[in-house]
Amino acid sequence: MTAPDAIIQTHALVKAFGLQPVLRRLDLSINRGDYVALLSPNGGGKSTLLRLLAGLSKPTSGRITVGGWELPAEAAAVRAQIGMVSHKVLLYENLSARENLRFFARLYNLPRAEAEARIETLLKRVGLARRQHDLVRTYSRGMQQRLSIARALLHDPHVLLFDEPYTGLDQDASRALDELLAEAHDEGHTIVMATHDLNRAATLASRVVILARGAVGFDRPSAELTPASLAAAYSEVTGMVTAR
Amino acid sequence: MKTPFLHSVASIVRKDLLVELRSRELITSMALFALLSILIFSFALELDRIAREEAIAGVLWVTVVFASVLGLNRSMAMERDQGNLDAMLLAPIDRSAIFAGKLAGNLVFSLVVGLALLPLMTVLYNRSLLEGWLLVVLLLGATGFSTVGTLLATMTVQTRARESLLPIVMLPIALPVLLAAVRASTSILTGSPFEDWIAWPQILLVLDVIYLVLCFLLFEFVIEE
Repeated sequence: MTAPDAIIQTHALVKAFGLQPVLRRLDLSINRGDYVALLSPNGGGKSTLLRLLAGLSKPTSGRITVGGWELPAEAAAVRAQIGMVSHKVLLYENLSARENLRFFARLYNLPRAEAEARIETLLKRVGLARRQHDLVRTYSRGMQQRLSIARALLHDPHVLLFDEPYTGLDQDASRALDELLAEAHDEGHTIVMATHDLNRAATLASRVVILARGAVGFDRPSAELTPASLAAAYSEVTGMVTAR
Repeated sequence: MKTPFLHSVASIVRKDLLVELRSRELITSMALFALLSILIFSFALELDRIAREEAIAGVLWVTVVFASVLGLNRSMAMERDQGNLDAMLLAPIDRSAIFAGKLAGNLVFSLVVGLALLPLMTVLYNRSLLEGWLLVVLLLGATGFSTVGTLLATMTVQTRARESLLPIVMLPIALPVLLAAVRASTSILTGSPFEDWIAWPQILLVLDVIYLVLCFLLFEFVIEE
């Protein structure tokens, strides 16, 4: 059964590595415009789920649809609608910011004039216009992560997947990233963010999903949660004690 | 919806060349290794004219292959270490376009080193290596081992011992290509009659086609977990 507004759906999704199941018959539906914070302890399946949604990995069994396209059969169509940012920056450090974005624009087959205009806009938006010709290896970790977001937004995807994007960022860089994510959400992008940060999950996202034992153990709008109640729910669902 | 195959391949090759132009990591390490190997061989092997002509092809291919292994490792490590392979896999392009792009880039680097060695060896070994058929054999041989090497480097780069693992797994599989290339090159350089050795470049061509088809088909499985 497909929910009318759902952009991402998984049904009885199973992913196992060898004999070790990570996701066990996971059912999840995410609506257009949702900002979902995905929580779980380490090894709980967050990254695995994001890689499955991005078509980077194939499910052992079960169904995944993104934007009405089925994975893995219609992976190219799904990939055209998805942008992903991970804790690795997915950029070439010996190319400049503009050269990186140009390369990825070509892979997404954006017409040259459109790509150049889009690159210009995104570089301004992520605050890298002045450093656009510098090699990425000269950037700070925060600047690289902002450029990574520009790369993910380049083809104007419907869905943005973030896999622990705050890893290695200082306070200022984290705040800048918060703002970029909020802007992307306001523009109507659907966001799924895997994180360990319960405060951010409760305050930034519109919905919080906790994975436990390979399935959805908790799923609530964040409007119903406070950081304290989320921490209590997280401990209860995962059996892990949290220090907020 | 999908980005056209040739457009994707050209973009990847262009990117690899641009990265190399900036960093010069691959060509520098490959060229230094090749230069040192050739010098060591030239001083170590004090041979008469006939023995030298027979040994040159072996020296050339050993040097080109090991220099290329260095380049293959580095080229794939660049994609893996910053997660760039995932970034390419996220784009709506054929998986085989990634393979073709990386293969073309690796082949260019191997050929640059191979071509640079020819005049150098001509001077050191006092025997001209600038022969048309030798260039054809160099192209065919480099295509064969770059094809196998690109596929295997994609696998070994995910392991901790990637630097040592690639030659161990690659050389046995690329051995038919190397044998054919060495035999063809030796015959050309010793001035054997054309009909005696033309079968070797033909065998190389057939091996290249087989390796290309197999590696294109296998690449998608290799990059999945």
